[in-house]
Amino acid sequence: MELIPGISTEHYIFLSVVLFCIGAFGVMYRKNAIIVFMCIELMLNAVNLLLVAFSRQWNGADAQVFVFFVMAVAAAEVAVGLAILMMIYRNTGTTDINVLNKLKG
Amino acid sequence: MISQYLFYFLSFVSVMSALMVVFSKNPVYSVLFLILTFFSIAGHYFLLNAQFLGMVHIIVYAGAIMVLFLYVIMMLNLNKEDEPGTTTMSKIAATISGGILMLVLVAATRSVHGMESPVADSSQIGSIENLGKVLFAENGFLLPFEISSILFLASMVGAVFLSKKEIR
Repeated sequence: MELIPGISTEHYIFLSVVLFCIGAFGVMYRKNAIIVFMCIELMLNAVNLLLVAFSRQWNGADAQVFVFFVMAVAAAEVAVGLAILMMIYRNTGTTDINVLNKLKG
Repeated sequence: MISQYLFYFLSFVSVMSALMVVFSKNPVYSVLFLILTFFSIAGHYFLLNAQFLGMVHIIVYAGAIMVLFLYVIMMLNLNKEDEPGTTTMSKIAATISGGILMLVLVAATRSVHGMESPVADSSQIGSIENLGKVLFAENGFLLPFEISSILFLASMVGAVFLSKKEIR
């Protein structure tokens, strides 16, 4: 397959920064725990995109292997996180993260 | 030239649908926009010559994780639109802090040099053969690979344990 020229890595850095900031903004903006999870996925994907862009920049495959491990951790995190979310819903009847302040002094 | 247009189109789709994930009232629509974001990021992977990673991304994210999200939303019957407890003050605070975070990150990454073009031809970096060689090389990633299998076992046990009706 031919190398596709033209797009510099700076563009990808900027795109990853924008996607990461949207994810972080969503975590702070929304109160629904399931959407907070989705925004965390968004941040993980921004980092993955940056790793792949640097892999092309420096012509090394190690970064793409790191992306595999990030994907594995993300899958495990989603499985456990959604199980915790279902337990929260079963105990409190809502997924609003404002009800999870029982440990507050 | 076509790859430039493709890059800008995919970037536009991914940023817009990421914003729609945050701003959708209905969680089901958020999940659907998140699937769109994942597909556009997979398109970016194909543009970056990471073919295998793009396919794995589609299979893992759009195929497995999003189905899990949709199942949980529909099982918990969460597709209602109201969201109590969100004050205008917290929204303003989230917007300001998110904007400041983006400002800082853009300012920090603006001044990097030497990122204009790739150093060499990297069309074979993302092939399955090359990735497998790197993953299972002599000084490669064999130990993290095995540890991630233990991580999966632990998360599977944890998910089953948490989903039980009563924990004694």
